[in-house]
Amino acid sequence: MKTASYNKVDPPEGFTSPGIFATTFDKVVGLARKNSIWPLPFATSCCGIEFMATMGAHYDLGRFGAERLSFSPRQADLLMVMGTIAKKMAPVVQQVYVQMAEPRWVIAVGACAASGGIFDTYSVLQGIDRIVPVDVYVPGCPPRPEQIIDGFMKIQELVGKESLRRRYSQEYKDLLESYGIR
Amino acid sequence: MRRDKKNLDSKFLTGKLKTRFTEDIIAIDEHSDMLTAVVKKEAIHEVIRFLKENESLGFTFLTTLCGIHYPDQELQLGVIYHLHRFSDNSRIRIKTFLPLDNPSVPTVTDLFSAANWMERETYDFYGILFEGHPNLKRILNVEYLDYFPMRKEFPLEDPTRKDKDNRFFGR
Repeated sequence: MKTASYNKVDPPEGFTSPGIFATTFDKVVGLARKNSIWPLPFATSCCGIEFMATMGAHYDLGRFGAERLSFSPRQADLLMVMGTIAKKMAPVVQQVYVQMAEPRWVIAVGACAASGGIFDTYSVLQGIDRIVPVDVYVPGCPPRPEQIIDGFMKIQELVGKESLRRRYSQEYKDLLESYGIR
Repeated sequence: MRRDKKNLDSKFLTGKLKTRFTEDIIAIDEHSDMLTAVVKKEAIHEVIRFLKENESLGFTFLTTLCGIHYPDQELQLGVIYHLHRFSDNSRIRIKTFLPLDNPSVPTVTDLFSAANWMERETYDFYGILFEGHPNLKRILNVEYLDYFPMRKEFPLEDPTRKDKDNRFFGR
């Protein structure tokens, strides 16, 4: 007889007794969210190609509950910016971010998205953190799929641990205000 | 396809241009198998019209149009036109130079519609003003850019970048 070949996510910390399991609401929501992230790929160059490999059968981002890419920002949880963002494209990235529903996370994949990379020039945005708040930066030019997966797992960690009140906090509102996002 | 050099009758072309524009041609000679004429900016439109519309010349295709900046010259900014003749695939290069404080030159959009975007690009990067252009605004750079990035007085690097230490970049 074959054994099941899928992985199960461990339950969060809690109180276990026969027939009962008690934990906090935060942890249950975090557990559900982090294992069903819908990423919105914003791929503009070679990092996007690496992401395609990451989504493919060999690396398979679906193992992390993220096989459903959302090409509409309104249903997406995670904005993955992969590639050089020209200054002319900056308002578009910001608009995509604004259209995403809370809670939302951002990952800057590759040197260009993180800092402008080799394109230290008048036409290229020197890192997307100038227009949207970024949660995780993945270095590399371009990063290998393993690195992208590592960055994605860091995002999962953040998602799983996020308190339900964070997005209502004054600190978070001030952060968005500093980017001119309401 | 290899260009047949013999078809480019540069002597004939030089003679034609010199006869028609004695005063306006500053220099004319052949660089890299390509006839190059430096023309006063007042005559540039007429020279290009002549090359296009004269029956014995017939340069009916504007291959390219671009700007250039030589900071050591008295007339620092330049506009360069490449014209092409389909009948024998010969080409001619026309240059004109402008002062930095008043970089204006007549547009050739009335002769070549293709010049529209090329002149906008030249304006975008060098700030050269094309008189009579129907829609002279930036084409590639962001609208709020307050300088002309290909001019030599402006650094190519993004001036707001803070993480680069010059010591590590050989500067």
